[in-house]
Amino acid sequence: MRRPADAVLTGGLPAEHAPAPRYGLAYLGRRYARNRLALVGLWVVLLIIGTAIFAPWVAPHSPIKTNFENLLKPPTSGHILGTDDLGRDIASRVIYGTRTSLLAGLISVGIAVAIGLPLGLLSGFYRGRLDDVLMRLTDAMLSFPFLVLALALAAVLGAGLDRAMIAIGIVFTPGFIRLSRAQVLSEREQNYVEAARASGAGDGRIIWRHILPNIVSPVLVQASLSTAAAITAEAALSFLGLGTQPPTPSWGSMLNIAQAYLSTAPWMAWWPGIAIFITVLSINLTGDGLREALDPRLRSV
Amino acid sequence: MSRFLVRRLLLTLPVLFFVSVIVFSLINLIPGDPARIMLGEEASKEALEALRKQMGLDRPLYVRYLLWLNRLVRGDFGKSVRDGRPVLDTLLLKLPTTIELAITSLLVAWAIAIPAAVLAAWKRRSAWDYAATAVGLAGISIPNFWLGIMLIYLLAVNLRLLPPSGYVEPWIDLSRNLRLMVMPSIVLGSALAALVMRLLRSSLIEVLGTDYVRTAHAKGLNERAVIVRHAIKNAMIPVVTIMGLQLSGLLGGAVITETIFAIPGFGRLAVDSILTRDYPMVQGVVLFAALAVVLTNLFVDMVYAFLDPRIRLEERPA
Repeated sequence: MRRPADAVLTGGLPAEHAPAPRYGLAYLGRRYARNRLALVGLWVVLLIIGTAIFAPWVAPHSPIKTNFENLLKPPTSGHILGTDDLGRDIASRVIYGTRTSLLAGLISVGIAVAIGLPLGLLSGFYRGRLDDVLMRLTDAMLSFPFLVLALALAAVLGAGLDRAMIAIGIVFTPGFIRLSRAQVLSEREQNYVEAARASGAGDGRIIWRHILPNIVSPVLVQASLSTAAAITAEAALSFLGLGTQPPTPSWGSMLNIAQAYLSTAPWMAWWPGIAIFITVLSINLTGDGLREALDPRLRSV
Repeated sequence: MSRFLVRRLLLTLPVLFFVSVIVFSLINLIPGDPARIMLGEEASKEALEALRKQMGLDRPLYVRYLLWLNRLVRGDFGKSVRDGRPVLDTLLLKLPTTIELAITSLLVAWAIAIPAAVLAAWKRRSAWDYAATAVGLAGISIPNFWLGIMLIYLLAVNLRLLPPSGYVEPWIDLSRNLRLMVMPSIVLGSALAALVMRLLRSSLIEVLGTDYVRTAHAKGLNERAVIVRHAIKNAMIPVVTIMGLQLSGLLGGAVITETIFAIPGFGRLAVDSILTRDYPMVQGVVLFAALAVVLTNLFVDMVYAFLDPRIRLEERPA
């Protein structure tokens, strides 16, 4: 969001010269790095992304190859995290599971942003009937408990990772509509919008070139925090049997199976859970750090 | 006052309308024949025909919606495809269990969150503050189904302190009921505790900077009295404001918690009806959850308008 000082600085200038306050990347990086925890979070996120990309080289075994002579074996040097009920290597399944989780997080939030951001922009810019209808519709959608709606959507769409991502994406959409709308409402009253209009810019140009760059930061922050929530949601759906289907490794479905072997093979339940926890925590830390770096006013809270 | 009430009630109507449209669309916009999806591939022709007739599938969509809505307002949520019983009866039967779980979880959440937030806000930027913040962050990052499994492993399988899962009505065996509720309440309460803690901490910090708190200090009250007698009441306002959100989180979390701990409540009903494709029941569960949240939000707003004149006088931001 724009600080009052910026509005004063840019308010009198012609619209073409009043872009969003684009702090240099280096400046942002320095601000971000001041928060040690956020920095650690970012490194862990990068490590996880690397693991997902290079899973075939990192994983010691195939994630789906069964071995019936090696069922439910505790951790050994050959299988450092043990094997599961079908003799599959748990370490390899956890490593390949990063792909499922990151994909689910990124695509479902991508869907939510792709639908929510344009609708929020239009709703906040034009107000009127469209805005009224959209606001009541988002009110209604936000009344459904998040997981209950995601579950019902996943049930209607059918089981499977792709459907789960669509279901989660739809559930996250109203949040992005509301956020971008609220941002536009305050931006459209700013002097720079008036200046742009005075210099002959049309609605499309004002929204695209002038307002959008100014609301990117909060959307980015919400997107990163939503990614963490979406990863948990995918794991929850898979845990309940409605997300990723076997034999594709997913942390949620691994935990679902592990539940039955708690007393005989507890190692099955440790690592998928730890993987979700570390992934979600590091994304949350990164998101919090981004918010602080992008919005100086939050420093004091 | 009455103008505010009328306005607030009028705003609720379109929300309820959209809630009903969403719930109706859930079932009626599935690609394919809903009757066949519900009954499965091996269903007989007669059974399919009967269900189609019962659901009114031979009529236009908007007529079906109006008929459905008409039945709904009269308390007819339809019949379960699995056992033929009225959906509403089953919902009401399962509800007390979930209400008990929700209350115990809310108690756990507030018992953790309020002291932690007070400590963090009071001793700001101390080790206490950082610890509370870290625990709060961990709390929202731990998937609750994993927390549940780990608790079962630790407290039930290893230490044998608590029964692993199941449910007994409190009026049948109260002590067993309470022992069974310990782990589910921790699982369901912990995520909520993190949310409430973060919110209460920042709202306390804000309140501690206001004039009336400074006045209380100037009167010579010590820090403890200022917080307990003056600050915490106002700092709780945002926490109560998000009552609807908390209820929503509890109902969503109950889906997971009741599944792990085999508690026959509302959340378990949601999962079972979805897995068995009992769509009238799915509709009932989803609609019921949304109605509960809408009405809670309405109730909270009304109570505020009653307690705080500023709210009913001020035009709410559109």
